[in-house]
Amino acid sequence: MHTGMESPRGVWWKPAAKAEKMWVLIAFGWCMVLFAMMPLWHLKGAQNPSGIRHRVNPSDYARRTNEFIRTYKIGEDAGIAVVEPPPGSDVYLLGRMWSWQPVLKLHKGVEYTLHLSSLDVNHGFSLTPVNLNFQVVPGYDYGLRIVPTQAGDFRIVCNEFCGIQHHAMVGRIIVVDDSAATAPPATGGAQ
Amino acid sequence: MTSALSSRICPTTGLKVNAQAESLIKVNAVAATVSLLIGGIAAVLVLLTRWQVVHLLSPEWFYRVLTVHGMSMLIFFIIFFEMAVLYFASAVLLNSRVATPRLAWAAFWLMVTGALLVEWMMWTGKADVLFTSYVPLRAHPLYYLGVILFAVGALIVTGIFFGTLVVAKRERTYEGSVPLVTFGAATAAIIAVITLSHGAAIYIPTFLWSLGLMHVDAEVYRMVWWGLGHSSQQINVAAMVSIWYLLGALTIGAVVLNEKISRTAFVLYVLFISMAAAHHLLVDPGLSPAWKVWNTSYAMYLAVLASMVHGFTVPAGMEAGQRLRGLGKGLFEWLRKAPWGDPGFSSLVFSVIIFGFLGGITGVTFGTEQINIIAHNTLRVPGHFHATVVGGTALAFMGITYYVIPLIFRKQVAFWPLARVQPYLFAIGMTIFSIFMTFAGTFGVPRRHWDMTFSQAPFDVQYNPAVSLVVGIMAIGGLLAAVGGGIYLVVTVWSVFFGKSIAALSGSELRALKTGLPAGIIRPPAALPPGEPDHRGLTRGTLVLVAVFLIAFIAYYFVNWKLLSVVWRVG
Repeated sequence: MHTGMESPRGVWWKPAAKAEKMWVLIAFGWCMVLFAMMPLWHLKGAQNPSGIRHRVNPSDYARRTNEFIRTYKIGEDAGIAVVEPPPGSDVYLLGRMWSWQPVLKLHKGVEYTLHLSSLDVNHGFSLTPVNLNFQVVPGYDYGLRIVPTQAGDFRIVCNEFCGIQHHAMVGRIIVVDDSAATAPPATGGAQ
Repeated sequence: MTSALSSRICPTTGLKVNAQAESLIKVNAVAATVSLLIGGIAAVLVLLTRWQVVHLLSPEWFYRVLTVHGMSMLIFFIIFFEMAVLYFASAVLLNSRVATPRLAWAAFWLMVTGALLVEWMMWTGKADVLFTSYVPLRAHPLYYLGVILFAVGALIVTGIFFGTLVVAKRERTYEGSVPLVTFGAATAAIIAVITLSHGAAIYIPTFLWSLGLMHVDAEVYRMVWWGLGHSSQQINVAAMVSIWYLLGALTIGAVVLNEKISRTAFVLYVLFISMAAAHHLLVDPGLSPAWKVWNTSYAMYLAVLASMVHGFTVPAGMEAGQRLRGLGKGLFEWLRKAPWGDPGFSSLVFSVIIFGFLGGITGVTFGTEQINIIAHNTLRVPGHFHATVVGGTALAFMGITYYVIPLIFRKQVAFWPLARVQPYLFAIGMTIFSIFMTFAGTFGVPRRHWDMTFSQAPFDVQYNPAVSLVVGIMAIGGLLAAVGGGIYLVVTVWSVFFGKSIAALSGSELRALKTGLPAGIIRPPAALPPGEPDHRGLTRGTLVLVAVFLIAFIAYYFVNWKLLSVVWRVG
């Protein structure tokens, strides 16, 4: 035998020993499991990053968001409109340097189509403390069908670097539970 | 200038070392070390800012220094070092001359010019766009130009590498096939060509865009840029695995169990990972689920298979080499009686473990289409790649440096006791750092973020109270690693510039030196018994180790599916 620094002489295409062969087969089997899990989760799982995907002109998207805000606005929080869309509707969230608009009031267990896009540069939609993360790219509309499964007061942190005030870009989603008597207040998260 | 043909015979390895190759290795290694110093200072500044207790830098300087950290480490340090590896694996290992030494020097200076231009733009605040420079964030045109010049220089060096292989073959400087280490380096060079083509395909349009001459789509940028950004990490993997085989050979005479298996695994890297940009785009709006699933795995994860194969063959080759030399008792005598005081050896072992257990398992898990929803752009991502690129690649590069200093620079390694503990400090620090960084990311803490307390935001943000403790431990691990990195820099720079020359010493005089040389040079591994040995039980210790690895992998993978299953329904 020889080391990896030495030139092998003659034909080196030889059958492998049993231990090596066994490991290659086991590893390959595991790789197939790794692959199979992804299509399987599309069929059986409830969390997939599929969504409806379109190109969109940023100014068109901003116009759509403003119309959405005008239609369903119920108040203001920290200078940002609070919007309560009807169940099953299309919900528009706009990321821009350095804010998320509007503040959303949603209902637990109800499906919405949450549209994400940006007016300027890339942003990152990171719902906390749920830990749900999506990329927000200017020129693209990402329509994700979401069902909030917890009630509470959530934050949207920007987790894609978007300039000098990146760390101040925080939005808000309130989820109320219609079956529970004590819903969190619609305002009050502001500093 | 020395003639293209002058050379010397290495008294330790018996290799014919071409003088031009030797000088090129030296200058690239020095450029890599300088980059590491700049990137390392930036690393400490970034760490001391993210550690909210200290919160050192202003936001402006934080994002600036973070850009410097990424570029200096991931591009300049690693690629300069890899250029040195390419010259070593071609000219030195094949006893050859360098194909076109003048062009090689031109390429080196082109890379230096590009790197200086980029550093200048970053430090003067004209490129606060972070490593990824996602369009439409805009940097100064000279920033993009600097990256292009650097990449062109590197591309020329890969061309010279292939040219040197041709020269060596034509001039019959070796018999048989090229050694496995050279083969691995060749796959790294092929991946480098693919990577740098992506770099050209994205940085040239972006340069023109920065001059206002054309439009670049934000999503297209992300896709093509990651063809550079991630593929360059595959160069690192191929180069690192080659160095694993090289260090195994130098330190304990590790054998190649089966050339077919190891070489096929290298080829799998070329075929199945070279365009692996997809796992950065799994939660992007521009691409379909089918595209994402296919391109993150190519249906079979054959690049993951390749790493799992090397993860077996490297330690198994070490085990077999030790057993064949009489260290065959029980499962682990080969490991217990290994030269743990040789920094080349300890670096090798820690590099394999950190890369596999921490970097590999987390990387494959986060690169799963759906699991990426709970990982994307959180601290889990840098937690993962600090284990692969720093704990894996950089540590392997550090390990080989302890052999490059005596064999190429022909100097004694200075501060030998410090050099011996350096890999331990660095590995332990980096392990703590990446585990706790990944852990913080599990709570959703974002990467690339100046202020975890969100003091300037319109709404308060409360993370799990454990987060500040987790980040504190991460910071301590990071500082420990920084001490290890600092020792590496001091030892390397001192040895190279002020170290005691061993150029005039013969092989036996070298062996008589008690300090300042790794064990593999003082006591080179004994010759192996001739003929093909009996393979039964030759790698049984390694089988136990990889079984532990597989169990850890399976556990972490399915725990993440479990974590995913409890978040909001989304589709």
